[in-house]
Amino acid sequence: MADGVATMGSVPARAADPKPRSAAWDALRRLLRHRSFQTGLFLFAIILAAAVFAPLITAADPNKLAMRARFKPPGLDHWFGTDNFGRSQLARVVYGAQLSLMIGTAVVIINAVFGTLLGAISGYFRHLDNVLMRVNDAIMAFPAILLAIGVAAVLGRSMPNMILALSIVYIPRTARIVRSSVIVIRQMEYVQAAVAAGAGHWRILRRHILPNSMAPLLVQLSFLFAYAVLTEATLSFLGLGAEPPTPTWGNIMAEGRQYMREAPWIIAIPGAALAITVMALNLLGDGLRDILDPRLRIQQ
Amino acid sequence: MTILAVKNLRVMFKTEHGEIAAVDDVSFDLKQGEVLGIVGESGSGKSVSALAVMGLLPKPPARIAQGEVWFEGENLLHYTDRDMRRIRGPGIGMVFQEPMTSLNPVFTIGDQLMETVRVHQKVGPKAQRDRAIEMLARVGIAMPERRIDDYPHQLSGGMRQRVMIAMALICNPRLLIADEPTTALDVTIQQQILELLLDLRDEFKMAIMIITHNMGVVAEMADRVIVMYAGKIVEQAPVNELFARPVHPYTRGLLDSIPSLDDDRDRLKTIPGTLPRPWALPPGCRFQPRCAFRVDACAAAVPPLVSVRAEHESACIRQDELVAS
Repeated sequence: MADGVATMGSVPARAADPKPRSAAWDALRRLLRHRSFQTGLFLFAIILAAAVFAPLITAADPNKLAMRARFKPPGLDHWFGTDNFGRSQLARVVYGAQLSLMIGTAVVIINAVFGTLLGAISGYFRHLDNVLMRVNDAIMAFPAILLAIGVAAVLGRSMPNMILALSIVYIPRTARIVRSSVIVIRQMEYVQAAVAAGAGHWRILRRHILPNSMAPLLVQLSFLFAYAVLTEATLSFLGLGAEPPTPTWGNIMAEGRQYMREAPWIIAIPGAALAITVMALNLLGDGLRDILDPRLRIQQ
Repeated sequence: MTILAVKNLRVMFKTEHGEIAAVDDVSFDLKQGEVLGIVGESGSGKSVSALAVMGLLPKPPARIAQGEVWFEGENLLHYTDRDMRRIRGPGIGMVFQEPMTSLNPVFTIGDQLMETVRVHQKVGPKAQRDRAIEMLARVGIAMPERRIDDYPHQLSGGMRQRVMIAMALICNPRLLIADEPTTALDVTIQQQILELLLDLRDEFKMAIMIITHNMGVVAEMADRVIVMYAGKIVEQAPVNELFARPVHPYTRGLLDSIPSLDDDRDRLKTIPGTLPRPWALPPGCRFQPRCAFRVDACAAAVPPLVSVRAEHESACIRQDELVAS
């Protein structure tokens, strides 16, 4: 039996566009054309390049003291100046970027895994939802910074502990977001159709629900990256992060704080790096949200 | 051979108005190769009956309070979740109403067809793909070997519904449940889909349970028809009998409200009123407040489904008078 209407309308279109395009590929193309995503990507690329190529950017050791070169303002010898111990600010800020991005990445990955797991279980197995989400709510009831300070203080100062503290703070928030999209997606007819075709819970979650719930998670993770970097800097600044002289942005700013009047570059440069990173990630997140938001997609 | 027998099924739903019976004491059966049409308005319980057979009712709020669902000699209501998964697909396939949202947007249609094969049969990727292409060809999709790598958004509504039918049939089910399979489609495409279902019925010798509110679809497809009203069966008859000699006032009302080419009426007849809220059912016969043939006795008791003629049953206390008239 000929499918006159459908076939006639679509065959010539296919000849012009022979490659089937997945929704993900389409979204990526539109993202790269999105103005604020481009800006965010550009800024983030600069920070990322600084972190990755730190040894190439400066030969200086971020922890090498030089008492004769204290408080040198930014100039040709020292691009970003030197601090109260004569350490190269450039080296300290780029190695600080390494630490910030490593912590941010680790927190994002841990959140993506455990937040998704927790959110998917609560959203899909509704009888477990109440228990899991009440525990979640209890954690979320604390302000993020306060809880992070508490956890960091209990665990002690180190990089892994910082990552753990930030993960504990942010996983419940990620889980909530995944849960709410899983609840929506599990009602979709294609999920019912998969059940009606005899698919089991695991298969339905993995193949039908999770891939379709990823959009809000992706947006959340880009913001989460920014929060994690910012919170880490805050904790370091308060003296709860990695031990000095580890060059984290928070540590540099905490030490520079006392010399703010005489040598403002010590605190201003890592502060600017932090601001640029957070802004870049927020712009990336905004772009993702604009492109992936299903309400906006329907209009197109 | 009877393939499906539903006996005294009662499905309750928890609502803010208390527990209501969405399907109330419903019995019907279906033979191999037979097409059973279930008609009724939205909320009459036809989709809930189908979901109960498939074991797809959301529990809670739904609960099967009473009844049996016999499929090929086994009571499905006693099946575990795992046993039901074996039935869904190769035993009973289902086609849903909304072709636009019944396919997963992130996978190609081939992925989804092959997945259904993979769930039930141990065959390699090549065999899965061949089977998917064969099935797409069977449901009338041109160039299936190219279409198989398309994403759902690249297909028209009619083609998606064909893909849905291919997905429901790819494991050769003995029973196909089609819940309003053509409601979302253009009339020309509707016609093609209905013809396709009948062709496939002849080819695979499966039984079809088609749920619809469209009398035209019933007339075209069904061998036998069940008319549901407010959770109960009010009339059951072979299709020609039902259209030629409807007994129950509700069935008559439904048939009178279909426009006809032979009969130039300025206005269509309508049934006054609306379906009662399930938490505020009228006493006695559920249709009596809207019925043109109402007498006081109608409110006294719920009329049972009784035989009018051979294979023709109706639930109206005045049916003997109505048959005579």
